[in-house]
Amino acid sequence: MELEAAKMIGAGLATIALAGVGVGIGNIFGSYVSGSLRNPAAAPKVFGNVLLGFALTEAVALFALVIAFLILFG
Amino acid sequence: MSADHSPLAQFEIKRLVPMEIGNLDVSFTNASLFMVIAIAAVTLFLTLSMRGRSMVPTRMQSMAELSYEFIANMIKDNVGSEGRKYFPFIFTLFMFVLFCNLLGMIPYTFTVTSQIIVTFALAAVVFVGVTLIGILKHGFKFLTFFVPSGVPFVLLIILVPIEVISYFVRPISLSVRLFANMLAGHTLLKVFGGFVVGLGIYLGWLPLGFIVVLTGLEFLVAFLQAYVFAILSCLYLNDALHLHH
Repeated sequence: MELEAAKMIGAGLATIALAGVGVGIGNIFGSYVSGSLRNPAAAPKVFGNVLLGFALTEAVALFALVIAFLILFG
Repeated sequence: MSADHSPLAQFEIKRLVPMEIGNLDVSFTNASLFMVIAIAAVTLFLTLSMRGRSMVPTRMQSMAELSYEFIANMIKDNVGSEGRKYFPFIFTLFMFVLFCNLLGMIPYTFTVTSQIIVTFALAAVVFVGVTLIGILKHGFKFLTFFVPSGVPFVLLIILVPIEVISYFVRPISLSVRLFANMLAGHTLLKVFGGFVVGLGIYLGWLPLGFIVVLTGLEFLVAFLQAYVFAILSCLYLNDALHLHH
């Protein structure tokens, strides 16, 4: 039973990674918005990079999810 | 919660046609079935839509041309003219991953890309292929890829192992990224589906609205992850061809 509880706590702790990912995704889109307000003409060109950055950052969150799953079911 | 209603039950592999060669299990599973369907769908889409070959493209033909140009431009921008040779490979990779992701969005289908072994096989092919291309093109000079230029010698002792590790982690991060995105998305939809049933007819509308939004997001993710997979393969290819230092 203690192992079970420890697993739950561990999986919960693994979601702390989301704090960093939240900062990261907010930073990406925040920078994109402020950049595209300064220079609207360049905005469409960098949108592909924004999406790439978003997907790469989101992946970090999902690595944490994989760790949580490994702890819970591994 | 019984076993077949668990959010993870949708990723279970079932043997459709059991087969064995020696001790090796080579059964035709639901994963194999959906890979065959994905390949058939891509082939049908590209051949049927391009059959007219009209100067003014029909809707289907312009979709096929758009996907062709999309990848062609991606390779031109990220790899340069040397990358044109590798267009068929990147295009196949992109279309396969995209169609597997999109097929998985249809209810009651199986998402092939939510299996780590499938994405790892794809990523391993990219990794091994790209490394071989780099070695064949540059020979021993390829090893300079791991040595950052303009760095004091003392720092190199730390930096070279980091570069080597980050190089060999590539197939893992490439495969886990796609796999985890698909796994998380489909699990999330299933969990919210459970909320709808659990909350009943009065409160169940709220999670139902979330599911609609999430389904839209998942279609975006399905495309985005195929794009990311293709563009990262392009970037790795670029590293191998030009050694970027």
